[in-house]
Amino acid sequence: MSWKTDTLSGWGRVLSGTAQIARPEKPSSIAHVMGDTPAPAIGAQRSYGDAAINTDGKAVDMNRLDRFISFDAQTGVLEAEAGVSITQMLETFAPQGWMPAVMPGTGFATIGGCIANDVHGKNHHGVGTFGQHVLSIELIGADGKTKIVSPKKNKALFEATLGGLGQTGIIVSAKLQLTECSSRLIQVDERRANNLSEFMQMLKDSTATYCVGWIDGTANGQSLGRGILEEAELTKSNMAPKLRKSRKVPFNAPSFALSPPTVRAFNRMYFNRVPATGRGVLRSLEDFFFPLDKIHDWNKLYGKRGFHQFQCVLPDDTAERTLREMLRLIADAGLASPLAVLKRTGPGRAGPLSFTMEGFTLALDFPNSKKSVALVEKLNDMTADAGGRIYFAKDSLATAAQAKHMYPELAAWQKTVKTADPKGRFKTDLVRRLKLRDSK
Amino acid sequence: MTQTWIILGASSSMGRAFARKAATMGAHVVLAARDKDDLARTASDCTARGAASATPVVFDARDPKSFTAIYKAAKKNEGLINAAVFVGSMAPQDDVDADPNIGDFTIQDNFTGPANFLHGLAPIMEERKGGTVLGIGSVAGDRGRIGNYTYGSAKAGFHTYLSGLRNRLNRAGGHVVTVKPGFVDTAMTWGIEGMFLVASPDQIADDLWTAHEKKKNTLYTPWFWRYIMAIIKSIPEPIFKKLSV
Repeated sequence: MSWKTDTLSGWGRVLSGTAQIARPEKPSSIAHVMGDTPAPAIGAQRSYGDAAINTDGKAVDMNRLDRFISFDAQTGVLEAEAGVSITQMLETFAPQGWMPAVMPGTGFATIGGCIANDVHGKNHHGVGTFGQHVLSIELIGADGKTKIVSPKKNKALFEATLGGLGQTGIIVSAKLQLTECSSRLIQVDERRANNLSEFMQMLKDSTATYCVGWIDGTANGQSLGRGILEEAELTKSNMAPKLRKSRKVPFNAPSFALSPPTVRAFNRMYFNRVPATGRGVLRSLEDFFFPLDKIHDWNKLYGKRGFHQFQCVLPDDTAERTLREMLRLIADAGLASPLAVLKRTGPGRAGPLSFTMEGFTLALDFPNSKKSVALVEKLNDMTADAGGRIYFAKDSLATAAQAKHMYPELAAWQKTVKTADPKGRFKTDLVRRLKLRDSK
Repeated sequence: MTQTWIILGASSSMGRAFARKAATMGAHVVLAARDKDDLARTASDCTARGAASATPVVFDARDPKSFTAIYKAAKKNEGLINAAVFVGSMAPQDDVDADPNIGDFTIQDNFTGPANFLHGLAPIMEERKGGTVLGIGSVAGDRGRIGNYTYGSAKAGFHTYLSGLRNRLNRAGGHVVTVKPGFVDTAMTWGIEGMFLVASPDQIADDLWTAHEKKKNTLYTPWFWRYIMAIIKSIPEPIFKKLSV
């Protein structure tokens, strides 16, 4: 297996590191790599921080292992290699009446990455996380041996792998339960929420299968926490949807592109685009689930300094108070970008290191600067104080103490992982930064 | 009627990408390569993506006996038979310099093996009155260069064979596309220094499909390689022999 020296970078483009990368095209070559040097797997590199970076180490790029192994059109059970992307699954199986049960905000993410971060989607309140629809995983350990882990076989290792940040071994393939998909078109109802409490109530009351809110991170005072609620249901139409053409961001945008006045003006326009009485629109599944995928390399819009994404989940009892404080702080700082999401989350989670909990999740992007680093650090503190959690897939600024506090099952997870990878071969920059494998 | 695509070298990344393309278009695919287990997996991938059928057949360019099973598998399907030939190997020129016998393998893998295979297929295509051959050559076959001239000359031989075959099949309604890819992001080029303007296998597969539909004779892919190679071919030999491009 040949190794290529290249830079690994988070989607936020703040953190990066040089590593030697192997890119196997057959499952059998992974065993060779493990015999050479066991190394963590990387997928589409859509995590924002350092989850897929191994500075001065090695990594196994799984993108060329992207084949469907078997599919049962009766039961919707799909077995596929880890490098298959969400979009590939949606494109292939939606016309046959099936789709992934959980889809994150980008369709570029791979199955392996979705498992390792136990991602959630716009239907988390109803169906839980990606990991909850995984039936079994083919895992290659540091010893080069292949194991099948499932809720019945090696349960502890299976659960430690769901949201396990690749620390239990390389996910080679997985069996997933897909969900029925009646159409390639989705009916989206958009309504304005004029302030935070109204917004949270609407999210709580929503009975829609898919539900997500865009929040205006620049609004303050009376309008603090205003936004647009999107509720969506699949239709019964059999027509092929009209897909928008993809575009590319050819170069790093200048800093004024996302300066406070531009963002404020954009957000006002974006909010007012939906009439006060609301409206219904028909969209393709791709446009609804992956709104940003049509703009390739959109992360370049933040310029060469990159950006930080803050995503927290807060339990119901502290959510409203904490969100209000957070949004005030964010609006006062004037640093937010238009990309901001408020969502209701259910209790579903698959592994001890899974992010979600019942409550509300808030996600916002901030162009990288000293001021925004200080702001995100402050928001991380507030999350910890409120009994909430920070999402490892997004994080670049949390501390080891915070991680330990937010993830009470960390010690149990560490035990399982230590048996699977005693020498710490699968550690990544994120794991070292947050001391996730240091028991003490 | 549903057509059949024989994909020779279906385990290579370009072969896989093209097999997928043919599968999504609903064709029958006959997948030929050396690694049997891995082929079976590519076959199930093609089935899931919409192939009318996917048959894995073990094939070795150095073993003419392995050709028959492929013809047989293809003939089982009705309709036109097409072939995309991705087989090839690129031994480093240094290795060939150290052991000239390795040169024979390079010529067999890139030229005589696939050419003999196509020669056995031609009568079948003529009988069915049509079909396309996509022969994967290389820009390296356009001019001999110090870095890989054994490989380049094998590809040049293959180009000439393809042009003759085009002449022949044209009489029976068939067509041959000589494909000259530039740098492609495959296992062969992974980690090699000095690669530029590298294309993805999926990009190449899309180009190949278009060339098949439009019946192009020679396809440079991505397209700008036609101009890069025009420049390289135009350098006068007295100068060229001193260069190391």
